[in-house]
This record gives sequence, C-alpha cells and structure tokens, in this order.
Amino acid sequence: MIAQRVGTTALRRVAGKPNAFFTANVAKLGLAQSLSTTQIRPVATQKLSPADGAALLAKQRLNRPVSPHLEIYDKQQTWFGGSAWQRITGATFSGGLYVFATAYLAAPLIGWHLESASLAAAFGALPFAAKGALKFLAAWPFAFHAINGVRHLAFDMAVGFHRQTIIKTGWYIWGASVVSGLYLAFFL
Amino acid sequence: MAALRSSASRLLGAAASRPALRAAVTPAAVRGMATVTDGQQQHQAASGEKTNLKTFQIYRWNPDTPTEKPRMQSYTLDLNKTGPMVLDALIRIKNELDPTLTFRRSCREGICGSCAMNINGTNTLACLCRIPAESNADMKIYPLPHTFVVKDLVPDLTQFYKQYKSIKPYLQRDTPAEDGKEYRQTKADRKKLDGLYECILCACCSTSCPSYWWNSEEYLGPAILLQSYRWLVDSRDERTAERKDALNNSMSLYRCHTILNCTRTCPKGLNPGLAIAEIKKSMAF
Repeated sequence: MIAQRVGTTALRRVAGKPNAFFTANVAKLGLAQSLSTTQIRPVATQKLSPADGAALLAKQRLNRPVSPHLEIYDKQQTWFGGSAWQRITGATFSGGLYVFATAYLAAPLIGWHLESASLAAAFGALPFAAKGALKFLAAWPFAFHAINGVRHLAFDMAVGFHRQTIIKTGWYIWGASVVSGLYLAFFL
Repeated sequence: MAALRSSASRLLGAAASRPALRAAVTPAAVRGMATVTDGQQQHQAASGEKTNLKTFQIYRWNPDTPTEKPRMQSYTLDLNKTGPMVLDALIRIKNELDPTLTFRRSCREGICGSCAMNINGTNTLACLCRIPAESNADMKIYPLPHTFVVKDLVPDLTQFYKQYKSIKPYLQRDTPAEDGKEYRQTKADRKKLDGLYECILCACCSTSCPSYWWNSEEYLGPAILLQSYRWLVDSRDERTAERKDALNNSMSLYRCHTILNCTRTCPKGLNPGLAIAEIKKSMAF
C-alpha cells in the first residue's frame, strides 16, 4: 500500500513539471489519478499589492469590533498598577500647583485671601480629624510618588524585574505609602 | 517532570478504570474505538459518580452578522470528562456542544502560540492554562484585549506581524566568517540570548500592555521589543547601531512606562519588561 502510494506521488510530482517524460507518460498518469487516495483541492490565491492589502484590511476593520480590554483585564494589574498611579499622583500635584499658583496670582484682583497667614488660621480652626484627612489627601500622593519613584529609578537600572519581585514590591509600595501618608497626616 | 509523572499516572488510572466500566455496561460488545453513544452509556452508568460541572463564558462575535453586538455565551462541561487544560475544554465545546465556536489552536503544548487568549482576566495560552478545579466560579474567556476581532476568539494580528517585520528580525552582517564556515560566538555571548530566543510571538504580552492598547499603531510593544533586544545583544549581528537608531524616537520604545503587565503575563515565563529596560539602559549609557 505504502509502496504503491510512493509510486503515485512520484508520478504526480513528475506530472507537475512539463517535460518530455510527462508527454510520454500520459497513459500512466491517468492510471495514477485513478489510484490516488489523497484529496487535491485547487487553491486560488490572489496577488495583492501592499496598498490594496492595506485598503482591504482597513475595510475589514471597519466591521470588526475591538475586543474588551480595561474592563476585563485583571483588576489588580489595571487598577493598582504602580505606573498608572505614579502618573495620577504626579498629575494631581502639578495640576494642584498650577491651580493654586494661578489662584494666588489672581487673589488680589478677586479679593480672595490666600496668604500663608490666613490659610494657616483657617486650617488651624478645623477639628483634628478634618486636619488629618486634608493633610492625608496631600500626604498620600506625595508618599506614593516619592517611594514609587525610587522603584522606577531601580527599573531604569534594570533592577527588580523578577515576576515575584514585581508583584511584591507593587504591594509594598501601597502599604508603605499609606502608612507614611498616615504618619505625615496625623503625627507630624 | 512532576507534571509528566502525574499525567502518566492519570493515563494509567484511566486505562485501569475504563475496561471495568465498559464491561459493566456492555459485557458482550468488543469495540476498538469509543463513540458518542459509548460515552453516553458510560455517562448513564456513571450517574452515581459525582459530576464536576464548570461553566465557561466565552466571547462570541460573528462577522456574518456584523451589526449584532458581541456577546458572552455560557457552556457547561463536566470536568471529570474533560482534559485538564482550558484548550481541552474549548475543543470539547467545539466538538460536542457548539461547532460554530471559533478559535486558533495547533500544537496544544505551548510552542506555537496560536491559542493565546484572555482567560480569567490575564492573557495566556489556553493549552498551558489549567482549569482551576478547586473553585466553582465561571471561567471567562475573551480574545486578546484591544485587538480587532476576526471572529469569536480569533484576533487580527496583522499589525503585530508587520511590526515584527519592521525590526528586521534576522542576522545582519557585512564581514564574512573568519573560517568561511560559520559565525562563532563565545559561550558567554550565547548565554545572553537565553530567555530571548524562546519567545514564540503569541502576542500575550503586547496585548496585556495598556500602553500598547492606546498606541499600537506606533509603539512596538513588549513582544517586538524583546525580539528587538534579541538582535541587539547578538554578538554576531553588526547593525546594532542602526537598530538602536530605529528605536530612538518618542514612540517605538519609550511608550514603555514599566507597567510590567508583560512580564506578569508571559506564558513562557520570559521577561519582556527586563529586555525593554536593558534596551533603554543601553540607549542611555
């Protein structure tokens, strides 16, 4: 059986090349086809230029949905990622600085009192818990940004890339930033 | 090795228990192959046994009806009759419950990278991902995140492959080999390629990266950058400067913000995050 198939394969191979052997063996070829046990399907391919290919892809993509991402990806990685919070805390601080600096500039014109003395007096009048909460709002982002910043510096030196290290240090930074944020808010 | 041994013992166990079962059902019948009815008879006979049901919620979208929104479809399987991996479950669903379910798979042993998908929130290869037997929670299976869906679990990776092509993933040399035969390398230099050459380009890491989600047109993504580094550190390659120059812009490389989902998700245990950090380091110093 196998020997027979080898024979037919060889014949078919020869048949693929137009040569003298082919024309001389038409009869044999017919025999080979009747013996053939393998299925042959003619495959039609179309030659596309890169531009046509890109156009076709763009057309297909119009119909294709984008698979879900943020909403389905592991929450721990998407919502507690140090990198994202580094940016959020950093943007909060720089945004806050811009807002306060602009307000400070405009204060004399509008009639607000944003001088250190009046701010300190207003803050001093608040109850202890409110003082602590307000301070924590500033202290936690500061602590997080500072500690995670050190981690990013380590990353820049290609240090701390083991899978377990990444997971562990990620959680350590949340713990350390909350603890030092609380310390800065309530004990300082 | 432990995995091998346990699967071997499981096979042995199956072989030992099955003839007894079948003999109890059809004592006279002698069969060479299992059939569907055979399985049903076994099921009836084994109804006393505990069934271990697990529901799989799978993302479905059919390009023939493009106006219909993608939806999640649930399939329930008995894990006692299913192989240990998610791919086994998918194949069983396709064979027995719903032949229209579409996904890519080939080698079923984590070397081809075809069955990359998002399983329970992280990207991995279905063939390397065990079905967690201890929990009863439904398994959720999506295509790779933020890709264009061709059908069901099949993502369109055209852009990904084009990016791979763009980094010229082959040895580039001008000088011939010293002995005229082969390009020799010290053992230390060869060791630098370990952890890089094993990448199978399954796109798990790239599609786990939020930065790649938002900038996949220009940012190369972890998989391609790992490949890029593989050619940068190759001591035989002579176009290192050119390769670095191609990466030296704001998008190709520096959209990496060390989020490191890539390293956490790689089903082959490689470290694309580290490779990118090494590229950045070599560009800086």
